[in-house]
Amino acid sequence: MNAIEMRGLTKKFNGFTAVDSISLDIREGEIFGLLGPNGAGKTTTISMLSTILAPTSGSAKVWGHDIVGEKDAVRKSIGIVFQDPSLDDELTGRENMDFHGRLYDIDGDTRGKRITELLKLVDLEKHADKQVKTYSGGMKRRLEIARGLMHKPKVLFLDEPTLGLDPQTRRKLWDYIKDFNRKEKVTIILTTHYMEEADFLCGRVAIVDQGKIIRLDTPEKLKELLGGDILSIEVSDPKKLSGLLKKASLARNVQIVGSAMNVIASNGSRTLPKIIELACKNGIEVNTAVMKRPSLEDVFIHYTGRGIREQEAEPKRSARMRMRPRGH
Amino acid sequence: METNAIYTLWLREMKRFLRSKSRIVGNLSMPFIWLAILGVGLNTSFAIPGIQSNYLEFMAPGIIVMSLLFTSIFSGVSVIWDKQFGFLKEILVAPVSRTSIVVGKILGSTTISLINALLVLAMALLLGALPVSSLTPISLAAALVIMALVSISFVSFGLAIASTMNNMEGFQMIMSFLVMPIFFLSGAFFPLDKVPDWMKVLTHLDPLMYGVDGLRGAFIGVSQFPVLFDIGILAAFSALMILVSSYLFSRMGG
Repeated sequence: MNAIEMRGLTKKFNGFTAVDSISLDIREGEIFGLLGPNGAGKTTTISMLSTILAPTSGSAKVWGHDIVGEKDAVRKSIGIVFQDPSLDDELTGRENMDFHGRLYDIDGDTRGKRITELLKLVDLEKHADKQVKTYSGGMKRRLEIARGLMHKPKVLFLDEPTLGLDPQTRRKLWDYIKDFNRKEKVTIILTTHYMEEADFLCGRVAIVDQGKIIRLDTPEKLKELLGGDILSIEVSDPKKLSGLLKKASLARNVQIVGSAMNVIASNGSRTLPKIIELACKNGIEVNTAVMKRPSLEDVFIHYTGRGIREQEAEPKRSARMRMRPRGH
Repeated sequence: METNAIYTLWLREMKRFLRSKSRIVGNLSMPFIWLAILGVGLNTSFAIPGIQSNYLEFMAPGIIVMSLLFTSIFSGVSVIWDKQFGFLKEILVAPVSRTSIVVGKILGSTTISLINALLVLAMALLLGALPVSSLTPISLAAALVIMALVSISFVSFGLAIASTMNNMEGFQMIMSFLVMPIFFLSGAFFPLDKVPDWMKVLTHLDPLMYGVDGLRGAFIGVSQFPVLFDIGILAAFSALMILVSSYLFSRMGG
């Protein structure tokens, strides 16, 4: 069975298309990643699937329930951890969990057991009775994830679950997420703009840009698509070397970024010495040369023509603000 | 009706209220200052023509209503904080109808405002601003009904405002142009039967006026209208405000 089915799902805000006719099936039990820069439409997609925003056109089913016609059934089947915190700081961790359990109509006994069990799972049992305002960012995030699992949802949405957390906490959260997926048998859809995160966690990844799915596959397949290793070379004259490489057919693809160039080549460890030799023969100075296995970041750059982080610096904020569900 | 969900929201309001001692003290300090300084001060040189009671007795019901008005509106408007801190999303995404959310919020906030008002009433009795003899089972019952209705009205009013605003920036305007006039036109400080005609019209349009009038009628037997008439008007206004706030709240986000 498919946990989620989207058919031509579209959301427009005053003529700006945030999500552009996405059709996608997410299978039961998988960890699925929506990967893309800020403003790509990831959060808007999740907002529609979780019934917070109504789609402009198209349809989607979550656990077999229509997101427009059967909002209540959808809400009962899903758990969600929003990008921005959504805890009551004045209440304790346990009280936040309890509030959630009551809203989802879980009886007292089950609630108590479930709270203890989940708080243990995220290592918060010692802090359960402290007010949330005393928690660190990582603790809040863990509490939110535990809370999202409180009512045993079939599908869990995690919107940028590790945004703004330090690397150690992030790593630990990844382990929790994998654990949940296995132990709770919950289908997880997460959005992220961290490549490592998608790579580590997700069975399948959809690369999203400007509201569209550009590529969908397992992280391994996506990386293989590039067809080789990546050689990052800094030289005195990248344009000249690029021409020479093409003539000698040593590279499948060359990208020039300033004085550095990214060369995609099959069997990089053999190709790299040849490239250096070629450069020396032609009087081009080689400053650095590094070979790496392709990451999802490289895949992203390959398909969109720009880096995922590069985009963050652009003044795209206004578009992003528009895409956030606002109270109107 | 989703009683569990309503109870859950009520419970949250109570927990938050009981946890913030400064809020309880803050809510009581203003009425205390008004009664103990302004009330006692004015009492020495003012008398209300045509009634038996002294000024302090005249003003005390007004101070109780003032406390109700402010705690209720603030409590309703606090939904803006829930919006800003994101907690509202947690509530909105739950399988609970918007109506239940509104009812839970109104009941929780009304309970808090009533507790405050009863504390102010006790304070007025202790300070001698209201004679202990004014407290009979009937006057207390009538007062509770009136206070509850005033509170429900203005919590809903605050909630309606909160549903249409995304931050507290506009709130100062609403305080100056809506809440303060509502308060001053309610007759909390001066009798309304001798005011100019234009003001008389406004006071009759002010729902809070019927709260002050009813409470004064219940406690010191001085009122423009029969107490039951005041209760009727307040009940109608509460019902209207509940409808308005439910409508505005459910229109918000999805």
